[in-house]
Amino acid sequence: MLRYTLKRLLSLFISLAVASVLVFFVIEIAPGDPASFMLGINAQPDTIAALRTELGLDVPKWQRYIAWASGMLTGDFGTSYTYRTPVAQMVADRMWVSLPLAIYALALSTLIAFPAGMYAASRRGQTGDVAVMGATQLGVAVPNFWFAMMLVLIFAINLRWFSAGGFAGWDKGFGAVMWSLTLPAISLALPQAAILARVMRSALLDVMNEDFMRTARAKGLTSAQTLWRHGLRNALIPVLTIIGLQFSFLLAGGIIIEQVFYLPGLGRLVFQSISARDLIVVESVVMLLVFCVIVVNFAVDLAYALVDPRLRART
Amino acid sequence: MNRNLIIGLTLTALAVIAALVSFFWTPFNHASLNIPDKLQTPNMVHWFGTDHFGRDMFSMIMVGARTSIAVAFVAVGIGMGLGIPLGLWAAARKGSFIDELIMRANDLIFAFPSLVIAILITAIFGAGAVNAIIAIGIFNIPVFARVVRGAAMPIWEREFILAARVAGKNAARISIEHILPNVMNLLIVQATIQFSLGILAEAALSYVGLGAQPPTPSWGRMLADAQTLVSIAPHMALIPGFAIILTVMGLNLMGDGLRDYLNPRLRVART
Repeated sequence: MLRYTLKRLLSLFISLAVASVLVFFVIEIAPGDPASFMLGINAQPDTIAALRTELGLDVPKWQRYIAWASGMLTGDFGTSYTYRTPVAQMVADRMWVSLPLAIYALALSTLIAFPAGMYAASRRGQTGDVAVMGATQLGVAVPNFWFAMMLVLIFAINLRWFSAGGFAGWDKGFGAVMWSLTLPAISLALPQAAILARVMRSALLDVMNEDFMRTARAKGLTSAQTLWRHGLRNALIPVLTIIGLQFSFLLAGGIIIEQVFYLPGLGRLVFQSISARDLIVVESVVMLLVFCVIVVNFAVDLAYALVDPRLRART
Repeated sequence: MNRNLIIGLTLTALAVIAALVSFFWTPFNHASLNIPDKLQTPNMVHWFGTDHFGRDMFSMIMVGARTSIAVAFVAVGIGMGLGIPLGLWAAARKGSFIDELIMRANDLIFAFPSLVIAILITAIFGAGAVNAIIAIGIFNIPVFARVVRGAAMPIWEREFILAARVAGKNAARISIEHILPNVMNLLIVQATIQFSLGILAEAALSYVGLGAQPPTPSWGRMLADAQTLVSIAPHMALIPGFAIILTVMGLNLMGDGLRDYLNPRLRVART
């Protein structure tokens, strides 16, 4: 297990290093100079030069990369060009919206998909299975931002159960925050739940054909007991992979959904920073998202080894 | 032919026909503004109603199909054009440095949240259909590379490959003449799936204003226009949404249907 963990850890660091180089240089080749953008078209060349020095834009690219990357490691993300506040603070504030949204959506997606997938697998080929599979076909085809608009139309405008957008703020309490994130979380979760339910179903069907499942039935377990005790654990490997991948979809998908609900999360920060040419903020947010995805995938790899001891032995 | 394939083909054909017909006929000019007729619900004259500028929504949906299909089609083309050779190369040199390099680079692209990078690319290089295509296409490359490599590796162990080697063919020729035809079925199925994902991605990018720019109609931008008007003119949001859903569902069903149809073992089992 230690060897496996170390090997995964090494590949985690390499991925992070390469990703940071890519993010930095992709944003560096963006046309437009932040200093001249901030000062407007009538700015004097020497004013622009002074601001470039102040922002640290006049040193070679590779030196800026080192400064940026080592800053990120210590939690210093630099200072926003437009707001003149520490990027780390801005990002942290927005994280309190985006992260709960992603986790909420992931929880909903799992809660819907597990029973749906298990139900469909246990009723293979029957009406219940066909209905669940039909629903998932629809689920994967629906764009989540469109679904969000429909939820707003029904539950906010017509029924008035929720507000059509905006964020309650953590000072209003946990309940109020969760309530204001409910429609966004549902719209993010449903398409993902459809995918997860399909994976769950096919993973369970694969497991059901295994010899040990027949043995368990022959021992006298009911089919429900077999499914719970032996089927589920063995079907979890592909399901965990998809859950890991979905977390990145949910964090990134949140960017679009935040636009629909006017939520002050990372997504809105990215769009504002892009239009203001505030590259350092864009860089930091993108790197942070990549970091989350890579770390989650690492955690999924470790979770595999915990669920399936065979993987530990193999490495 | 199975039921999925028939339904999928029909829905996909509808979208393609709408796009093709729009080149020489639409009920109205999709771009002409007609404010007095604005926000009409579907009726005999305007089959899908009109938007807030009085534009005919049926015509806009037809022309929008062009944008969606073109962006997704070229993005799949980029993915296949680069992903297939890389996957074949990795499989032919299995376990070598180049295989390792290709697969690790693939892992890295997978680690990037695709939508964020697509937003980044379009934001940096300018919003527009071409940059949307590139942004979506890049993420198709590792998908195809992985599918091809995975399917090609067991084929390399087969005896007819050994025979081809004995006949003096090199790895590149074997890959093209023997491996590729054997993985084609899988690729066709994957292409339909990536096509449907491309349509969804294009809609999302257009929705946030980073896809096709006005006056080019696109389903995603029609939804963005509808957002503030959804309470007074729900049809503005419903109709482009249904267009996206039906097209994506059509492609997914076609993919499922093709997978079954192209798999001779399943076909024999059914008859």
